[in-house]
Amino acid sequence: MIPALVTLCGPLAAFALIGLLPPLRRAGRPAALLSIAGIAVAALASGIQAVPYFRGVAAPATYEFLWAPLTGAPSIRFGLLVDGLSASMAALVALIALLVQVYSLAYMASEKPASLGRYYAYQAFFAFAMLGLVLSHNLLQTYVFWEMVGLGSYLLIGFFWERPEAGRAALKAFWTTRLGDVGFALGILVLWGAAGTFTFTELFAKVGGGAVAGSALSLGLAGITLGAMGKSAQFPFHVWLPDAMEGPTPVSALIHAATMVAAGVYLMVRVAPLLSHAPELMSAIFAIGVLTAFLAATMALVESDIKRVLAFSTVSQLGFMMAAVGSGGAGAAYFHLLTHAFFKALLFLTAGSLIHAVGSNDLFKMGRLARAMPVTAACFAAGALALAGIVPTAGFFSKDEILASVLAGGHPLGFALLVLTAGITAFYIGRAFFLAMLGSHDAEGHAHESPAAMTAPMAVLAVLALVGGALAPSIPRLFAGTIAPPAFEPETAPVFVPILGTLAALSGLALSWLAYQRRSFDPGAVRRAVGPVATLLERRYFVDDAFELVYRRAYLGLSSVVGWFDRYVVDGLVNAATWMTWLVAGRLRGMQNGRVQDALYAVAAGLVLLAWLALGR
Amino acid sequence: MSVMPHLLSMTVLAPFAAALVLFVLPERAGRLIRTVSVLGAAVPLLTSILALRHYDAALRGFQFVEAYPLVPRLGLSWHLGVDGIAVPLLLLTAIIHGTAVFTSWTTTERAKEFYLFLALLVTGVYGVFVSLDLFVLFLFYELAVLPMYVLIGVWGSSMEIEGRGPFGSLFRKIGVGGKDYGAMKLTLYLLAGSAFILVGILLMWVAGAGPMGRPSFDYLALSHVTFSGGLGRSIFLLFYVGFGVLAGIWPFHTWSPDGHAAAPAAGSMMHAGVLMKLGAYGVLRLGFGLLPQAAQQLAWLVGLVAVINIVYGALGAGWQKDIKYLIAYSSVSHMGIVMLGLATLTSVGLAGSVYQMVAHGIMTALFFTLVNLVYHKSHRRDMTAMGGFARSMPGIATFFVIAGLSSLGLPGLAGFVAEFLVFLGAWTSAHPWWAIPGVVGAMITALYVLRAVRTIFLGPARPGDEAPPDAHGVEWVSLVALSSCLVLLGVWPRLLLDPLNAGVADLLARFGS
Repeated sequence: MIPALVTLCGPLAAFALIGLLPPLRRAGRPAALLSIAGIAVAALASGIQAVPYFRGVAAPATYEFLWAPLTGAPSIRFGLLVDGLSASMAALVALIALLVQVYSLAYMASEKPASLGRYYAYQAFFAFAMLGLVLSHNLLQTYVFWEMVGLGSYLLIGFFWERPEAGRAALKAFWTTRLGDVGFALGILVLWGAAGTFTFTELFAKVGGGAVAGSALSLGLAGITLGAMGKSAQFPFHVWLPDAMEGPTPVSALIHAATMVAAGVYLMVRVAPLLSHAPELMSAIFAIGVLTAFLAATMALVESDIKRVLAFSTVSQLGFMMAAVGSGGAGAAYFHLLTHAFFKALLFLTAGSLIHAVGSNDLFKMGRLARAMPVTAACFAAGALALAGIVPTAGFFSKDEILASVLAGGHPLGFALLVLTAGITAFYIGRAFFLAMLGSHDAEGHAHESPAAMTAPMAVLAVLALVGGALAPSIPRLFAGTIAPPAFEPETAPVFVPILGTLAALSGLALSWLAYQRRSFDPGAVRRAVGPVATLLERRYFVDDAFELVYRRAYLGLSSVVGWFDRYVVDGLVNAATWMTWLVAGRLRGMQNGRVQDALYAVAAGLVLLAWLALGR
Repeated sequence: MSVMPHLLSMTVLAPFAAALVLFVLPERAGRLIRTVSVLGAAVPLLTSILALRHYDAALRGFQFVEAYPLVPRLGLSWHLGVDGIAVPLLLLTAIIHGTAVFTSWTTTERAKEFYLFLALLVTGVYGVFVSLDLFVLFLFYELAVLPMYVLIGVWGSSMEIEGRGPFGSLFRKIGVGGKDYGAMKLTLYLLAGSAFILVGILLMWVAGAGPMGRPSFDYLALSHVTFSGGLGRSIFLLFYVGFGVLAGIWPFHTWSPDGHAAAPAAGSMMHAGVLMKLGAYGVLRLGFGLLPQAAQQLAWLVGLVAVINIVYGALGAGWQKDIKYLIAYSSVSHMGIVMLGLATLTSVGLAGSVYQMVAHGIMTALFFTLVNLVYHKSHRRDMTAMGGFARSMPGIATFFVIAGLSSLGLPGLAGFVAEFLVFLGAWTSAHPWWAIPGVVGAMITALYVLRAVRTIFLGPARPGDEAPPDAHGVEWVSLVALSSCLVLLGVWPRLLLDPLNAGVADLLARFGS
């Protein structure tokens, strides 16, 4: 348990020191080095902790303490859970965060010291929140860190806060994920109401024993799935991820690889033993995953901003993972989560290197960069091959497992769509590679290779992206070391699965080579030929517009209705009452004028009235 | 157990003594005035920390009790005591009072009177939280409500609100948005509420005399009497409306935006931070504590109105351009969560409700301090005329974000613990659907709070603007103190939950279910 605590304390201490000591933050570089030291400690500790789980010789361990004592209901306990899943994920998160922070040292070098200090404070906080999420031993604590991860991404995406687009993108990310979290929070409430606990082990035991079942279980899990869809940018919550590119590029690498978007899939893998008790929900998750994978890949086809191409590719790959979860292949999903973290972090870091050199995100302003930036080009190629899923890169193995599990789950249609998506994936990443690295014209400006602080992390990730497939045998061992070890059957996937996948990838790459390198045909002509479809893709299926409409009409509209109603109707009644009081008082005041004649008239009138009352009867 | 005799009397009388000393001090003794005020705030802070530390949660019940008969024939006595519910609220009052003194450190205009009225107001607040005699409690309640009229009227600020359509001339005539309007509206509204409370207390006194054999205002004595049927429900409704006005229940909440916007910073801090809780505490202590049967029968009403408060206040906040109005509407929304917690009638929900009183009190006091700083440095309250302030006031921006995050229920800060407990309570109550608008309300809060952050602090600075400076010197005291409390209560809920659970268990023991 001590390595887990050290893992958490490293980044937390760095964040606390940078946050609480303004001089340290303003100094910039010392703060950066402190943060790197903190995450390095975490990486080391979590690495040591994970090794026995990778070898399959360690059992789950928990540590817990009383967080909120309650009466009339079970008290809430918080704690740490170290098992095959969390130990390996924590090691991954810490490793990627470390590489990104080292890389940032060079990438963000031109920032002002105070700004750099702020950047590393956010980085440390983000890493702490994600590690806390991974190591949580219950749902509520997961939610706590989940929201903190959301805050971290809000701060990092909006890092360049003076740019209006950055502020808008940060808000969009926070709001969209929070919309999913409404479901998450309600889901937790429902499960707590049914099971009386947040703790994973107890929850698994109660559901497994049949104490919690039926609609409460399905409803609760559906809520949690909504939360995961928000974080992992599943359709239609994917809208925030492409806009999140407004953050510094290393942040994108972090968000897209190991933190934030990974959180959703991680949570789904964590609760997978519960999902199997809600088959309808599994089907829904599968459908959403496949749809997301396909739609996001098509949107990447028409994007010219290199970071956005990668962003859509992340959405698409997360769709693959969700589809795997939905088809009962949590192990395959988790395997892909690991390999994807390697090659997507790699792709973003190389993209950052390119942007650093060219000064633009636009693919069409790049070209023939391979000659000036050989290391970056080689790394980009490694990442692209892994993303496309070419043998023997890491991506090939994990994608193959997903396809196999989808087929084994009995979804031939979904399988076909995912194979097609694999082809599209290879096409768009090939397009990006050929446009940026080879191509027919030189990039603007004088491109040069990036410094070692940037290329070294890229090289590490490139190696991992190429050989990460070797992790495949460890996955069953990791899952055997979880709190709910699945009954793994050695899957014998039909031999045509890898062949189909490879064929799709190769044809995608070949097509992009023909279109953008050989110029055998003009992609612009294709775009013109399928005009409406291309418009649909460029407008991103109008989902962004739909969200915008809901925000403007439903929220701002309703808000003005309520505001107006309150000021003019509710408060209007109050003011009208005041006014009436004045009016009546004004009339009555007229009587108290102090004139003797008026008083005598009143006395006379009173006498007449009395006389009439007395005599009239 | 008796750490210190007369702990509670000292708590109440320290600010009162400070007020008396201030009364005889010369107007010009600026430093001395502040010293006396700080002392008047420090003593209750100390005693309330002692009370929290030494309150024996295992023993439950009212502790640190003092009882001296005042008018035995009428059943009137100086009877003080605190249970697990009142102890955290004492601490809240002490924290807000202390920071309010520091926030108004730069008040130079008639500083003596300002601090005097502030001290009187706080005396009233402490008095309500510790009194176990309903008559004395009511006297303190009036003492807490009235000084606000002077505080707003003399030290407040005006902002013209343009009426539209048929209301145009009416608004001008009444002076909507002005400080005189705000002060008058707040005071009249709350006094109208007091009338309901007084009738309710007198009804109990009369009706309770029969079963008890003699009339009494004593809380503990009255809590053994059962007021059933129509009488109980009537008294409950009197308390609910009377105290509820101060708690900002819909549709009697409109004094709050106008009053809080017009009040000086310390006034808004005390009023939104503590006095609104006094209203909720009144409903809880007198309504739920003395009339459990009626409370059970009418919980649906309390919950329904609370849900309206949450969503309506949050939506209304989104329409505001004036930053003070925005915070005031967010208070209306958050007080809905307090009332929702009460209506759940579950121990988790009730504990969450009181936790929310504390969390919202601190959060809103922080907000009003910040708004006051922004106003004094930029001379603006209209958010649409702000932008890019984070460049020149990064510290204020940071603290504003912290307050905003607590208000939208971000874990790690006090607001989350409170809201989540209330939602847990709601989900296990007789009306589980209440939790849904609650959670949605938190989502809407994220919309308007973060939009305000972006409008005020982010983006490019407006061209031609003078950059407003950041906070300096003593101005940091309140910001650091209040946000530290938010973090502390966000990560370590046991601090308050131990006494709260004891208090809630006492209260719920009288509910048969």
